[in-house]
Amino acid sequence: MTIMEAARALRARELTVRELWDECALAAQEKNPELNAFLEIFDADDTAIEAAQRRIDTEGAAAPLLCGIPLATKDNILIEGKYASASSKMLENYRATYDATVVKKLKDAGALFLGRTNMDEFAMGSSTEHSAFGATKNPLDPTRVPGGSSGGSAAAVAAHLVIAALGSDTGGSIRQPAAHTGIVGLKSTYGAVSRSGLIAMGSSLDQIGPLAKTVEDARILYEAIRGIDPLDSTTIPDDLHDVSRGGDSKKLRIGVPKHLLAEGVDADVRAAFDALLENLVQEGHTLVDVELPTSSYALAAYYVIMPAEVSTNLARLDGMRYGLAKRGEKLLDDYVLSRTEGFGEETCRRILLGTFVLSSGYIDAYYRKADAARAVLRREYTDAFQKADVIAFPTTPSPAFRFDEKSDPLAMYLEDIFTVTANLTGMPALSVPMGLVEREGKKLPVGIHFTAPHQAEETLFMLGRVVEKTLHT
Amino acid sequence: MATTEEVKKLATLARISVEDAELEKFTGEFDAILAYVGQLEKLDLPQGSGGEKAPLHNVMRADGEPHTPGAYTETLAMQFPAREGDALVVKQIISHD
Repeated sequence: MTIMEAARALRARELTVRELWDECALAAQEKNPELNAFLEIFDADDTAIEAAQRRIDTEGAAAPLLCGIPLATKDNILIEGKYASASSKMLENYRATYDATVVKKLKDAGALFLGRTNMDEFAMGSSTEHSAFGATKNPLDPTRVPGGSSGGSAAAVAAHLVIAALGSDTGGSIRQPAAHTGIVGLKSTYGAVSRSGLIAMGSSLDQIGPLAKTVEDARILYEAIRGIDPLDSTTIPDDLHDVSRGGDSKKLRIGVPKHLLAEGVDADVRAAFDALLENLVQEGHTLVDVELPTSSYALAAYYVIMPAEVSTNLARLDGMRYGLAKRGEKLLDDYVLSRTEGFGEETCRRILLGTFVLSSGYIDAYYRKADAARAVLRREYTDAFQKADVIAFPTTPSPAFRFDEKSDPLAMYLEDIFTVTANLTGMPALSVPMGLVEREGKKLPVGIHFTAPHQAEETLFMLGRVVEKTLHT
Repeated sequence: MATTEEVKKLATLARISVEDAELEKFTGEFDAILAYVGQLEKLDLPQGSGGEKAPLHNVMRADGEPHTPGAYTETLAMQFPAREGDALVVKQIISHD
């Protein structure tokens, strides 16, 4: 069931909020032991359920579409009084002391929270295998990963355990799992959605966003959580949010950077991509060649900037004020013991890498160079948007992979090759299912990825709906 | 090329201890990652391109409407690993011996 379908059924009295909650909670309890999508399924909040029902009864069509809808949140988004561990032993016992701004907004809209979902520790990974609490399985093929780091949210939505979910995206962590599980994922313009109450990973890259079954559902969730927030000074003023942009020009110019797709993409993924583009041309959209030469350096720049920010952000976790607190002989031992036991292998790897690229003697060669490359990349995209309304890629070069298939860290990092650029440039990007490819007798979903200029989310939603229609006819 | 000594030094700086057995593996992976990100060296950037960053400006707000003193103390103190009243207990930093 989608948000739109559930909202209609609730208003038509075909379903009560309680029945909808019970249905989701039951499905989650039944299937979670196999999938491990949820770290915790919450008990029903009777007050919230009754309040949502009352609101639908009295306000009817005027009630927010999300009123009474059970949602899941990634375990790095704070809900006051609930645990928020970021799938790390470091924060296993940490209870959130306040609501994230997005959670507050959803509570105000009457949405319900079914549980907190599994993820790669501190959102570092592309498979959810780096969770301290066990990997999440892909509901479409349990021998494969659901992608990551928002793999728990993606699996919960794809397995119909919840209607939609929130994830966070630093380098592809919403879009890549959405592609691997056959759902829709949006990384909005940097600053469109408040990061207050999101456990920080790479602060100049992070955005919270929706994982949903349809483009329309993703839009509803995005509209509910976006907006300026005094608690996050990087949020964009509301008067810059332009819903009309791209809304009236129905025929779009789709930029395809062919030079980046020449190698590295599986043949059947490429074929699905080309076939979909061909369909879009038949719908009246046009394809244009775009050159983004610095893109081939994007992943390298990302793996300098992101770990630098990770090592800085995670320095606050020292075993002193909250979280895991191991005690040794001296104060320094307290720090070292807590951090060594609290952080998993991938987290340590990125902290060390970040410490390295920021260290005196290397900061110019790595960090400053990466930062300069980021600026050039942004300019190349801005130039490309002079002749294209969106830029298209496959979301990932391949469908979901098997567990342990990418045990080499670098092989795992390459999963993000097409998605990181939108984080580096701050531009919005959407992944929408584009078809199925077969691996070992199983049909697996793959996604198409569109990037748009800053603030042009509406263009993405419009094109996303066209893609959905094309595939369903 | 990273050496195990360098990785050990980074770990010390990051307040993480890496077992000797792990060190070798970490160093190898580190090398592969650095070789990959090292391709940035080949990237020729136009002169002064570092200065093309998006314009940055500080976002300020007035210091008004402070919350009641102590309103959040108990909520936050409940997370302390060890407390004395409202205070966080930590080890003595400067020793007298």
